[in-house]
Amino acid sequence: MSCSRRDLLKNTFKATLASALPLSAFKMLSPAQVKASVGDSDVRWVFLVDTEKCVGCGLCVKACKNENEVPYDPPITRTWVERYVLMKNGQSHIESPFGGRDGYTDTKIRENEIPADQIAKGFFVSKLCNQCKKPACVQVCPVGATYQTMDGVVLVDRKWCIGCGYCIMACPYGMRFFHPIHRVAEKCTFCYHRITKGMKTACVQNCPFGARKIGNLKDPNDPVTKIIMNERVSVLKDEYGTKPQVYYIGLDTNVR
Amino acid sequence: MKNHVFRPLLVVIAGVALLLVVRHFMVPRDFGIEEGGNFTYNFHRLSSTDEWKDFKIKYRGREYCQECHEENVESVLESPHADIQCENCHGPAVDHPDNPEALVIDTSRAQCLRCHAYLPYPTSHRSELPGIDPYEHNPGENCVDCHNPHNPDLENM
Repeated sequence: MSCSRRDLLKNTFKATLASALPLSAFKMLSPAQVKASVGDSDVRWVFLVDTEKCVGCGLCVKACKNENEVPYDPPITRTWVERYVLMKNGQSHIESPFGGRDGYTDTKIRENEIPADQIAKGFFVSKLCNQCKKPACVQVCPVGATYQTMDGVVLVDRKWCIGCGYCIMACPYGMRFFHPIHRVAEKCTFCYHRITKGMKTACVQNCPFGARKIGNLKDPNDPVTKIIMNERVSVLKDEYGTKPQVYYIGLDTNVR
Repeated sequence: MKNHVFRPLLVVIAGVALLLVVRHFMVPRDFGIEEGGNFTYNFHRLSSTDEWKDFKIKYRGREYCQECHEENVESVLESPHADIQCENCHGPAVDHPDNPEALVIDTSRAQCLRCHAYLPYPTSHRSELPGIDPYEHNPGENCVDCHNPHNPDLENM
């Protein structure tokens, strides 16, 4: 194969040009530009429940129902408090009548006398929407009525929801329910109308014992972020892979 | 092309066209994703977020109460009940004093028992609170007849 000097130079020039062109497509981005392009907002709402501090007064549930216009008497609620009484013989008594709305005022559980000297552990755990990073409830919605906001809260579009109930089935935590008045799927919004105005959620504000806290995971100086980053916390049902964002202090294996 | 192939094809094309036309009118204009959002989790009617932000606030917090009821707030802040928000007993303020003009105070025994019914739970903070046995301690009576919720210590009353 013969190749003239002219051809060699021409082809070399072409090859150099061709290999140089794609390089110009790579642009150096500043960290801020990268952050903006992947849609990272400055806020990621997270919740922290300290089960050591909860006394089961149920004021959070009461406040939530009033604040969010959840019908007060039907047994539906966006957040609830569970009572766990674990006996020395391995038996367990777990209940949450009306979501613990009226508090726990009786040592009896479902009419059963619980002998105090037989109790190994007794505690309260409050639950609410985990505002998962990968929410199963959002993925199953056939009409795009439920979605995740840029600051990490999962909301339901009441005008668009057809009430099919797929999301209620999909939530591994059983957080969702059917709103009997609006006739759509209903869930905890982390009081989106309050947190976006700089207030705490109704349940956090009305907890007298500081058992509930809300914070911004993207802010390293946020007290809640500091606890989540530096102390021993856990989440519920990690194995479902939904990446829940409600963190717990003092969980027990009996809590599911 | 033969007619028996072409005719059903026309029907299918007409069906798809109809679907697209209907979709154009039915789906709200602002359906989509926010900047940087993804279609897996963020696809929605964008104005829905603002609708949730505009939801009415009912619990206004102690600072709101303090604007007018300074003395009452101060008295409760000096008591062991300092951590309890006013609205837990007085009810959500909403737009008080315009609407409602007066709040209904929950002075029930059940309200006090939420914390002060003694529960013998060794691993809970509950057992450390001052508690009574509701079946033994003046059953049926209202706690507020003897105890002042703003200053619950009987010795300091």
